[in-house]
Amino acid sequence: MTAMPLTQRPASALSRFLHRHEAWRGWLLLAPAFCLMLVAILFQLGSTLAMSTWSLDGYSVDRTPTLGNYSAMLGQPMFSALIGRSLVVATFATVVTVALCYPMAYFVAFHVHRHKALWLILLTLPFWTSYLLRVFAWKVVLGYEGVLNTALIGLGIVQEPLAALLYSQTAVTLVLAHSWAAFAILPTYVSLEKIDRSCIEAAADLGDGPMRRFWRITFPLSLPGVVAAFFMMFGPMDNWPAGATLSVVMIVTIGLAGLAFLAVGRLVGR
Amino acid sequence: MARYTGFHRPNRPLALYAGAFAVFLYLPILFIPLFSFNAGVYVKFPLEGFTLAWYADLFQREPLQRAFWNSVQVAAVVSISSTVLAVPAAMAIARYRMPGKRAAVSFIMLPLVLPGLILGVALLTLLNGLGVRLSLVTVALGHMVICLPYAISVLLPRFIGFSRSLEEASADLCESTWWTFLRVTLPCNMPGVLACLLMTFTISFDEFFMAFFLSGTEPTLPMDIWSQLRFPQDFPSLLALSTLILVTSFLMVFASLKLGRIGLVQAKEVR
Amino acid sequence: MISLRSVCKSFGRMQAVNDVLLEIAAGEFFSLLGASGSGKTTLLRMIAGFEAVTSGQILIDGQPMQDTPPHLRPINMVFQNYAIFPHLTVRDNIAYGLRRLGTPKAEQARMVDAMLELIALPGYGDRRAHQLSGGQMQRVALARALILKPKLLLLDEPLGALDKHLREQMQMELRSLQRQLGITFVLVTHDQEEALTLSDRVAVMANGQVTQVDTPSGLYDRSRTRQVAAFVGTMNVFDATVRTDGSARIADVAGLGVMALNGCSQGRANGERVLVALRPEGLGLSRTKPAGPAHAVAGQLQARQYLGRRQLLHVKVAGRAAPVTVATAAARGEDPWSGDEGSPVWLTWAPDAVSILDPT
Repeated sequence: MTAMPLTQRPASALSRFLHRHEAWRGWLLLAPAFCLMLVAILFQLGSTLAMSTWSLDGYSVDRTPTLGNYSAMLGQPMFSALIGRSLVVATFATVVTVALCYPMAYFVAFHVHRHKALWLILLTLPFWTSYLLRVFAWKVVLGYEGVLNTALIGLGIVQEPLAALLYSQTAVTLVLAHSWAAFAILPTYVSLEKIDRSCIEAAADLGDGPMRRFWRITFPLSLPGVVAAFFMMFGPMDNWPAGATLSVVMIVTIGLAGLAFLAVGRLVGR
Repeated sequence: MARYTGFHRPNRPLALYAGAFAVFLYLPILFIPLFSFNAGVYVKFPLEGFTLAWYADLFQREPLQRAFWNSVQVAAVVSISSTVLAVPAAMAIARYRMPGKRAAVSFIMLPLVLPGLILGVALLTLLNGLGVRLSLVTVALGHMVICLPYAISVLLPRFIGFSRSLEEASADLCESTWWTFLRVTLPCNMPGVLACLLMTFTISFDEFFMAFFLSGTEPTLPMDIWSQLRFPQDFPSLLALSTLILVTSFLMVFASLKLGRIGLVQAKEVR
Repeated sequence: MISLRSVCKSFGRMQAVNDVLLEIAAGEFFSLLGASGSGKTTLLRMIAGFEAVTSGQILIDGQPMQDTPPHLRPINMVFQNYAIFPHLTVRDNIAYGLRRLGTPKAEQARMVDAMLELIALPGYGDRRAHQLSGGQMQRVALARALILKPKLLLLDEPLGALDKHLREQMQMELRSLQRQLGITFVLVTHDQEEALTLSDRVAVMANGQVTQVDTPSGLYDRSRTRQVAAFVGTMNVFDATVRTDGSARIADVAGLGVMALNGCSQGRANGERVLVALRPEGLGLSRTKPAGPAHAVAGQLQARQYLGRRQLLHVKVAGRAAPVTVATAAARGEDPWSGDEGSPVWLTWAPDAVSILDPT
């Protein structure tokens, strides 16, 4: 028996420490990514918050913290109307999108058997391509001289192009639903896929029809995914109507970020 | 007992809905390539004949080409650096018990749900405050913040599915941590890493908001598109360009998603 | 060779391994036997270095090793799922650990060939993991570990995934390989038969603790606790009261009367409640009341389990709820108790088959 030469080599103090403390090994690996995010998110949110409490004195910045900006903003009916509107639009669009995407997720989870992966890729593919191009595409479809208007005129349904097509709440909702479908479909799909099929079979065995089975078993069990979908979308949704006042969105979003934080945490934690 | 379980039976209305949904998802996007071959300047029906002129026109545009190369450079740097950061992070998340992990992971994943616009403005204020000059470097930094969560979420299922005992076997056979990574972890997870590279490249290449706020005098491609959206006479060329970008992006993301899955299947077999 | 001194491991609040003391000698075939969740795998992984100890020491040849990372320990392991590298050929798998040793290429090739010969898989060098059967992967995993000439080879349920026939064949191969190479083997298993067949000594584990360490026969004949007794085979366990009968101690068992306690009654007080154990082999059965001084109890044959040469007979005795189990051996071509269910029988036992168990 020859003893291996390796055994003579002592482990360094660092490697002994890391061997003993698993959590430190993990943190060491996670550290670079975490630090980047720390700098990018914490600092910037902090600085934005700080800056929103500064005031403009002529051309120089007065750095004494004040809530003047906020009270001025809240005092102006336009701002509160904008916040309110943006919240309403975001909520409405989110609810509609989740509702539209649920059957799709259900379809893939329960009715697609052979090309599941392909369907999932197909449904999420548009999401990965440029946001700008997707919006651009909708402009082509819904624009004043866009596909839909010219088609409608060509068919003799309307005489004048409908300007309302592009600049209506419905259009906004439609475009948002299109853009964030993947965010709604994926979490819902995951929670549907996780449902133990024997639960549904048991319900069938106990005499529940298809509709009752869905409302009593499938839907309640998929709720975590629906909630996750709702929260994941509510964050990004808000950037749409906000083109006007960035700072308003900023404040709203800081609040939303907290919610989103929780939602993602719950999603990853599962 | 498939007889009485409803979900095995095909559901015709639902299938129809799925078809309609797919159309809704792809139809608007398909109009872009359709009109990019249209001879008319205006985007409207009826089509006025087939032409490749708009594609040829792209080669005449100096600023556009510069913007293109800027985008490629940024995307290359971003994809490599965010993958390099994401691999150890995904490994740590997948396998170590550590206090505070959930909070840290939620935090890292935060840009996934924050609007790019907000992040862009916020990063801009930060960089301004620090007195950093805006350039492609700041764009790349901004893109890394966006891409990192995506990179991690592409890699994470890979590393969760990856049998840890393979690494343990390597350590057991006297290979150090670093060499274990090079000889076992990396080769076994190569499809996932490639998928991650492709995905982050595409995201960075297509990203607009960050680039809009963070770039100085050098625009990236999406910004060039944005600036030309105002001129109707440039619209068809823009459609041609968009078509090219869409096709490339689709191919890359498709390849990336496929690659990620292939790897997963293999990992399962090994277990 | 290897000493575990008060080794503990806890995961959060769960105490997986609790104060384990073990000495394993060089060249020994040692088994850790226990049900799942008994802490045996955690203990093995601490020896290999995949889990850090919470407290306590692991010494190999007198060197403390508990803080040494796994790649610097002179230990190799055969994994439960074999962990054959899927991206490498069999040859590269076996040669994997040699890179660190700086073995020249030609020498490596020679050593790998020798190993392929040893595991009886010559010509399989260019295959990959997915082209191998379970038994072949097991051999490759073995070769990959043995090529480094470890002082200690750990085996984590190595035969668990194999079917019964192959498992028995591999058991014999493992045993002869260990004899041939003289390496210390530490085997983790939940299969008592495997542990008893292969090992020089066995440590029985439960709830993170080692309940008993002994040779296979010692474990069987002198089970210390009810749990060990149940784990290594069938055992009759009776509640009893210790009594003094002149100079000798006896146990008073409900339904069976008194049993002599020869030598195993030290430290037991008069009137103490104890658990008395009797292996089925220590009991005898006859159709008529046996003559002589032996204590005999009347009962009724309730059921029998035919196990080839051996059979287990369950006898109902008045005053006892559970039947008493008796093992008998039958000669070739005979089935002496066939069709006897329900008939009256007489139970006897040898005095030296009786032992007292620890209360746990």
